[in-house]
Amino acid sequence: MKKQGFNLYPGSYVRGKWSGHGYIIEKELGSGACGTVFLSRNAKGEKCALKIGSDSSRLMLEVNMLKKFGKVQGVKLGPSFVDVDDWVDPSRQTFPFYVMEYIEGAALRSFLKGKSREWVGICALQLLSDLEHLHRAGYAFGDLKTDNLLMVDSRVRLIDVGGVTQFGRAIKEYTEFYDRGYWGLGSRKADPSYDLFAVSMIMLEMAYPGRFEKGVKPSRTLMNKLTASTLLKPYQKMIIQCWEGKYLHASEMKHSLSLVLMKRTMSPPPSRRKKKQQQGSEKVELVTFSILSVLFLGVSIFSFWI
Amino acid sequence: MKPGRLKQILLLTDGCSNHGEDPIAVAALARNQGVTVNVIGVLDDRQHSKPQGLDEIESIAEAGGGISQIVYQKSLSQTVQMVTRQAMTQTIQGVVNKELQEILGKDQTIEELPLDKRAEVVEVVDDLGETCDLEVLVLVDTSASMNHKLPTVKDALYDLSLSLNARTGSNQFCVYVFPDTKKTIKKMIDWTPELEKIHGIFSKISSGGYTPTGPALKEALYAFTEKPFFHSMQDGVDPYEETGL
Ligand SMILES: Nc1ncnc2c1ncn2[C@@H]1O[C@H](COP(=O)(O)OP(=O)(O)OP(=O)(O)O)[C@@H](O)[C@H]1O
Ligand SMILES: [Mg+2]
Repeated sequence: MKKQGFNLYPGSYVRGKWSGHGYIIEKELGSGACGTVFLSRNAKGEKCALKIGSDSSRLMLEVNMLKKFGKVQGVKLGPSFVDVDDWVDPSRQTFPFYVMEYIEGAALRSFLKGKSREWVGICALQLLSDLEHLHRAGYAFGDLKTDNLLMVDSRVRLIDVGGVTQFGRAIKEYTEFYDRGYWGLGSRKADPSYDLFAVSMIMLEMAYPGRFEKGVKPSRTLMNKLTASTLLKPYQKMIIQCWEGKYLHASEMKHSLSLVLMKRTMSPPPSRRKKKQQQGSEKVELVTFSILSVLFLGVSIFSFWI
Repeated sequence: MKPGRLKQILLLTDGCSNHGEDPIAVAALARNQGVTVNVIGVLDDRQHSKPQGLDEIESIAEAGGGISQIVYQKSLSQTVQMVTRQAMTQTIQGVVNKELQEILGKDQTIEELPLDKRAEVVEVVDDLGETCDLEVLVLVDTSASMNHKLPTVKDALYDLSLSLNARTGSNQFCVYVFPDTKKTIKKMIDWTPELEKIHGIFSKISSGGYTPTGPALKEALYAFTEKPFFHSMQDGVDPYEETGL
């Protein structure tokens, strides 16, 4: 919302006024509501991600979260925290910034391109595992959306901890499409199912990359979109249960999802299965026919004998 | 620190005032009375250029110590809740800064604190935003050009109450519209903790051809300052309680 106002280009040098640590800007990675993230190098030449903005309170809240959740119970959830400082630019303006681990990954959508469709479920499963850890610590991720996910070595990683909210409090940041309140399916109070709903919407987005609006009857719209998608067919039951608020914990949804995935991996891929089934039923018909003819023949022979 | 009670006027309009006293002056007065004024300018989805006169929106919010934002109808919900919450944070930060200055000397603000202190103070501000009580008086411009935007406004207000009621602190909302031929503004919904049952509130509105933003804000301010008496009887809270920290 606020004007960002800093001029940073590849090669610019950002030096912290408190610690004196310096970073060389390499390129912009993205920008959002509260700042811009740059790929940069520290003094040792190592890659890191530097987020700079103008709202120092908000950035500091994110730093507090990163410190807390770079690692929860030995499991890495967000990027790990590196540094926090203020930069005084050549015109004597001060900009707060922080530095975190650079996560070199692909956006979920480009990762999924050309992959078989169970990957939609597998990514959701990975996401649910991470959420399970975060939830155990008493926090919801909040602003869970594809923009805040990166795929690294076929594993989903969460970035942007700006929305992480203690259970029982109002979700700090959200994006309408992934927000159960927007769809009329619940409150904006942080609890485990708030994130589970967002997971279901990430799955829906896989089927509808352009997303869609809620229309006059939001829950009807959701149901129509879900049932119209062949990609989501295997997950239909689970997603509906999620929307009905049946899952109170990530582990429960994870369980349903793994049942679906295990079933699918044991049977041949869906495109061929259909044919197989058809062939199969043809076979059944054939067998029946032959048994009948044998019987008939047998009966005729038998009657012949009499 | 004890969370206080924050007071805000949220003005939803789509044009400039053309009648009565200067809305910017009234906003400055409101700020002085401890009431923050936020303004949201609502554009038509088809509208491409900013209609003129919307500079006023920025000036009103500035004078009122609040936040202004001009948005298309389709992002109204998200904006309304964001502006309200940001204005809350801003007010709380202002109070905290004042305290800091008392302790640490002038010109000391959160942004200038050493990093470790800042890390602690932002958590305190965040806590206060979650737990403080909030009163929002929504003032909707229902002049002719706003008419077809009113269903969206209604949705946004419902959404606002959804967002704020997720907080630990309590909320009170009321809704006024203007212009009203008799009393400048007209109360549509009296103070209530939830804006859920607002169906049909904008249906019987006669819209005049003028936009008395200044007088409407003034009436809204009166409605605010008169309100604590009734409120104190309701929940027994000291009506003049300041944003105590
Ligand atoms: N640690 C990181 N490693 C690699 N890329 C990152 C990292 N952090 C952020 N990015 C990239 O920068 C983009 C913007 O970052 P981020 O989401 O933190 O910004 P933001 O201002 O919080 O945006 P918003 O709040 O609107 O989502 C991300 O979408 C991602 O592509
Ligand atoms: Mg983001």
